Amino acid sequence: MNQNANIVEIRALNYSVGGRPVFNGLSMNIPRGRVTAVMGPSGTGKTTLLRLITRQVRPDSGSVHVDGADVETLSRTDLYGLRRRMGMLFQNGALLTDLNVFENVAFPLREHTELPERLIRQLVLTKLQAVGLRGAIDLMPAELSGGMARRVALARAIVMDPEILIYDEPFVGLDPISMGVILRLIRRLNDALGLTSIVVSHDVQEISTVADLVFLLSGGQVVAHGTPQQLQTYPSEIVRQFMGGLADGPVPFHYPAPEYFGELLGRDGET
Amino acid sequence: MRVSNNLWSSLIESLVSVGDVARFLLRLTVGTPRALLRFGLVAEQIFNAGALSLVIIMLSGLFVGMVLGLQGFQLLQRFGSEDALGTATAIGLVKELGPVVTALLFAGRAGTALASEIGLMRATDQLSAMEMMAVDPIQRVVVPRFLGGVISMPLLAAIFSMIGIYGAQLIGVQIMHVDAGSFWSQMRASVGIRDINEGIVKSLIFGVACSLIAVFEGYNAEPTAEGVGRATTRTVVTSAVTTLFLDYLITAMFL
Repeated sequence: MNQNANIVEIRALNYSVGGRPVFNGLSMNIPRGRVTAVMGPSGTGKTTLLRLITRQVRPDSGSVHVDGADVETLSRTDLYGLRRRMGMLFQNGALLTDLNVFENVAFPLREHTELPERLIRQLVLTKLQAVGLRGAIDLMPAELSGGMARRVALARAIVMDPEILIYDEPFVGLDPISMGVILRLIRRLNDALGLTSIVVSHDVQEISTVADLVFLLSGGQVVAHGTPQQLQTYPSEIVRQFMGGLADGPVPFHYPAPEYFGELLGRDGET
Repeated sequence: MRVSNNLWSSLIESLVSVGDVARFLLRLTVGTPRALLRFGLVAEQIFNAGALSLVIIMLSGLFVGMVLGLQGFQLLQRFGSEDALGTATAIGLVKELGPVVTALLFAGRAGTALASEIGLMRATDQLSAMEMMAVDPIQRVVVPRFLGGVISMPLLAAIFSMIGIYGAQLIGVQIMHVDAGSFWSQMRASVGIRDINEGIVKSLIFGVACSLIAVFEGYNAEPTAEGVGRATTRTVVTSAVTTLFLDYLITAMFL
């Protein structure tokens, strides 16, 4: 295995959707064994970045290396091999709705291994215990709250003992208690299992408490990176706006529109 | 000029989508042997597409058979040949109505369920999650559902025809007093293996077409509530038209 310090290396990445550029020459290194947060205003392509790292989509140009392998050139078999070493937590959990909690967590084991039932049960129970939901094994996904669903999905993501764990907006729509639980799990799993965690989020305060390193994306590029403390005092307008949650600044409050009074008076309209 | 341009581009578009469906069918065919090895998944889908459609198929078969019995009796009586009622209804059901009506009902009951289920799995990231767990969603989700539909259709059509013949007998023999002996013996004498083969071939091909359309529409649905709704509607419409078109082609081939 490649043991260099960066588990993900992105170089000069360009990617556009429908002619609209999402990334302009984005470059970043994600260090091994740490919790790295990727932050940025909505619509900056944070989730897209995760999809590029896992090759769910392909870049227009540039390269993405994961653990030394150029994901662009991997064959399907090698890509699936790489993905087995990754776990991903989707925004809404993405549990399989026709399986109960136990079967959802057991799903990767059943698909990829020939383990005896007893061992599968032990593994699943261990992982569910780690996220505090061992008691919920018989529930169906529809019976779970948002926070519980995400914890089950987290148990499923770690059941194959991945080296990289990717979280896509893990706090969206969660109450403060569930949020706190997920935050603690991110840190605890990272340290206990020796993982590398990549967390995409725009919850500045929350993620700052667990992240070792933060990348701030805007306009298709990394505008700042450093520890959460460094970013709090970063000498840049956009970083200040984002970290402070200010309504207006380099990221304008208003979506581009024609001149206000003119439009109100119907000068450009067809009245 | 604009009209012909629009016509041209929509022609190209429909050709492209036929190509997409063909490529999709190829992927499903490649995945079929492996899916058959894990027959449990396919059996589950035979239950979903087949067993759960039984009630609607049996009820419809009964009523269609009863109508055939009534109409056939009225018509044949004019020529004094009511004894041929058994033959007429059996041929009509086994060769035509059995496969076609079953396919139309299948599209409405099982096809929509398949399309919306797969579409919702796409919309809720379940398919992406499988991809991320290094599980091919086509192999794990789509192929078993497709095969379940293909296997169910001929069985459902056979049940439909059987119940239909029973319905015709109920009206013809029990109520209109057609002679039971001639009803059954004429049927046995004139319905040949070729007729039954035609029915089987039709229902197999309809099974492939309707299941393919349903899983294709579901898999390629736009991942929104509206997109899934549209995919479901398209499944019914496309399946119905395709079934009737193919029915004509196969009938002509068997002549």
